[in-house]
Amino acid sequence: MSNQLDLKKGLDIPVKGAAAQKVAKTVKPGVVAVKPTDFKGFLPRLLVKEGDRVLAGSPVLADKQKPRILVTSPVSGTVKSIVRGDKRKLLAVLVEADATQEYVDFGTKVPADADQVKELLLTTGLWNAVIQRPYGIQADPELKPKAIFVSTFSTAPLAADTEFTLGDRFADFQAGVNALGKLTDGGVHVTVNKAVWSSSPFHKVENAIVHSVGGKHPAGNVGVQISHISPILKGETVWTMPVTLVAALGHVINTGKLDLTRKVAVTGPVVADPAYVVALPGTPVKELADVPADARVIGGDVLSGETLGTDGYLGYFQDQLTLLHEGTEREWFGWAKPFRPKVHSSSWCYFSWLTPGKKYDMDTNLHGGPRAFVETKCFEDVTPMDIFPIYLIKACLAGDIEKMEKFGIYEVLPEDLALCDYVDPSKNDIQAIIQQGIDLMIKEMA
Amino acid sequence: MADEKKPGLFEKGGKLYWLHSTIDAFDTFLRVPGTVTAKGAHVRDGIDLKRVMIMVVIALVPAALFGMYNVGLQTSLTYGLDWNFWHMFWYGLLRMLPLFVVSYLVGLAIEFGSSQIRGEEVNEGYLVTGFLIPLIVPVDVPLWMLALAVAFSVIFVKEVFGGTGMNIWNPALVARAFLFFSYPSSMSGSSVWVSKTWVSALKDVDAVSAATPLAIAHDGGAAALSSQYSFLDMVYGFIPGSTGETSVIAILLGAILLVWTGVASWKIMVSSIAGGLLVGWLGQLGGATDLPCYYQLVMGGFLFGSVFMATDPVTAAQTETGKWIYGFLVGALAVVVRLWNPGYMEGMMLAILFMNTMAPLIDHCVVTTHINRRAKKVKTA
Repeated sequence: MSNQLDLKKGLDIPVKGAAAQKVAKTVKPGVVAVKPTDFKGFLPRLLVKEGDRVLAGSPVLADKQKPRILVTSPVSGTVKSIVRGDKRKLLAVLVEADATQEYVDFGTKVPADADQVKELLLTTGLWNAVIQRPYGIQADPELKPKAIFVSTFSTAPLAADTEFTLGDRFADFQAGVNALGKLTDGGVHVTVNKAVWSSSPFHKVENAIVHSVGGKHPAGNVGVQISHISPILKGETVWTMPVTLVAALGHVINTGKLDLTRKVAVTGPVVADPAYVVALPGTPVKELADVPADARVIGGDVLSGETLGTDGYLGYFQDQLTLLHEGTEREWFGWAKPFRPKVHSSSWCYFSWLTPGKKYDMDTNLHGGPRAFVETKCFEDVTPMDIFPIYLIKACLAGDIEKMEKFGIYEVLPEDLALCDYVDPSKNDIQAIIQQGIDLMIKEMA
Repeated sequence: MADEKKPGLFEKGGKLYWLHSTIDAFDTFLRVPGTVTAKGAHVRDGIDLKRVMIMVVIALVPAALFGMYNVGLQTSLTYGLDWNFWHMFWYGLLRMLPLFVVSYLVGLAIEFGSSQIRGEEVNEGYLVTGFLIPLIVPVDVPLWMLALAVAFSVIFVKEVFGGTGMNIWNPALVARAFLFFSYPSSMSGSSVWVSKTWVSALKDVDAVSAATPLAIAHDGGAAALSSQYSFLDMVYGFIPGSTGETSVIAILLGAILLVWTGVASWKIMVSSIAGGLLVGWLGQLGGATDLPCYYQLVMGGFLFGSVFMATDPVTAAQTETGKWIYGFLVGALAVVVRLWNPGYMEGMMLAILFMNTMAPLIDHCVVTTHINRRAKKVKTA
């Protein structure tokens, strides 16, 4: 165990409905959606039309500005329809899946240098899984990053347990890490959950710099890890890749096939029997879980996940689905009651601290109204980074580029400050504010 | 959103929609709003500002209750009335009640009106301010003066800046400062600290001098003070003074709750006390006073200010290092004013208001230092 990182600050949100370590079913979807909206910074140009045949791995969309960046179909089948939204914005390409899957053959040659790795990532569409920091956008193939980071675990509420989902795919993961190592001189940093260090297969990974990271959420967030291991300065770039997709890259290298199948954790207090489902990205929500009428379907976790809706499709990066009740019920004298056993609060103004092991049937109620910031140190307590959250947030609100830079905008994505959303007594949408700041930076720095 | 409490009348487009801030305020006071998260985290903590503010009010209750008893006690002692405990307490309660009523009525009316104008929800900040103000003024202050002070402070210190969370100075202290400088005869001297208004209606009494320990020590030093009040009297709080400030024990009970719930910063409390002790000690060494430094903590409004006023999260320093500096300077300055100022005997109010003004500067220095240190660290790494 060479590098250790122990984070003291943070908060694990005790929401009910963790997935049991079993596979409930394997979904063979009828229709799969390819959603350009999954990829930040990607401007889609259609490469297919309705009725076209595609294989698993065939390009469906290309980026308008960098045409080498492709989005590929996760299944073989026929393009059924093209879904557009307001102003003809391309929302999804629906592909009707074949009964037996056919794959594009990418060959099993191990890529020898950076150019070959890039070529493989670009043709398979996996380039989109390479995220560039700062800003959390699609990586630029012309750049050479300072380092590449892969976090092998998530500390987000009810997140999929990677030991379970990827434990049997270590060979793929290793092949993926080997390939990524060719893209940078700074090495591939792989972070492993300290709590399961010895049982986790990931600590055995070779050709990488392995770190053991311990602590509450957001210790598993790659952004938090980067800020401690190799902080990003102005002008530097770091790339990250989700561990599931590193394994997918390794799978292409090992077998020649693009197979994005993953174990998806179906979680949340509304789910009767939370467990894992084997499915592809783009699978309709309805095929993944039984959704009650008033439930909110979230692709990802309760802090930073995307609202998919009952008719939505699992996103490219998502390996978790969370179902919550909409909290429209109005509780009498909620704030004034001495005890509110059904509501969790990390603040000691309530009594949740008396029952530390308790899991809560959380809903989406805001538990208050929006107010001006009244800061009582709560943001600092859940942000294990060397920044002043409140100053960064205010700089983002003011749109002050210089201050955003100083206060660390290069190091954060909204997900890293997601807990500030949760704990804020003034009920501000901190993640939205940070995203607004990042969008401004992208615009001004371009 | 339509339900029996909010008919269409108050909804957008309804005739009385302009009143919606007020209606919302009462509605959400009774029931948690049914609003669900739209962006950002899908689940939220149960904490809201209503809960935070009510914690401060609860923390103030021991000081308020003891203060009421003490109002009766001081009156009974001063005028030689033969009262038992309940007489004293009821007298104090009834005496204080109009102050609370006026403070809340005037303050909340302005607060509601301003929210109405801004079209925002009514903020809970005044729950605390309205409770604090009666506790830090002399009990006999004329109600019209109190109303004027409350109006001035809520309008010019809070609402013009945009309401709770935006203000620079602690509104309760500004209300007191307003009275102090506008009507000094009702706010200072040795005859204002014991309630006599009602007593004089029943019995022919002259204005009796009942100086606070601070005033006695200021004029006569330790010897004069110990001839009237013992150290323990001041710890228990059986002394004249503003209603809320006299009992160290009651204030510490509140402090425990505030620190426990994390609503107020213990760093500010501790550093303020440290600052007061240090300057008190220096003052004793330098001959400015012959009182031991710990007397500074139990006299006047020092502790009340350190616990309840200096720690206001809106007007205090926001960075953790800044809180240490801010608190220390509050305590130190308060005792500096006490010891080296011929005019004012009590320095806490002005010390806190001055440090409220300086808090953003302290934060600026802390943040800049941090940024520079971080840049250096990253460069060498």
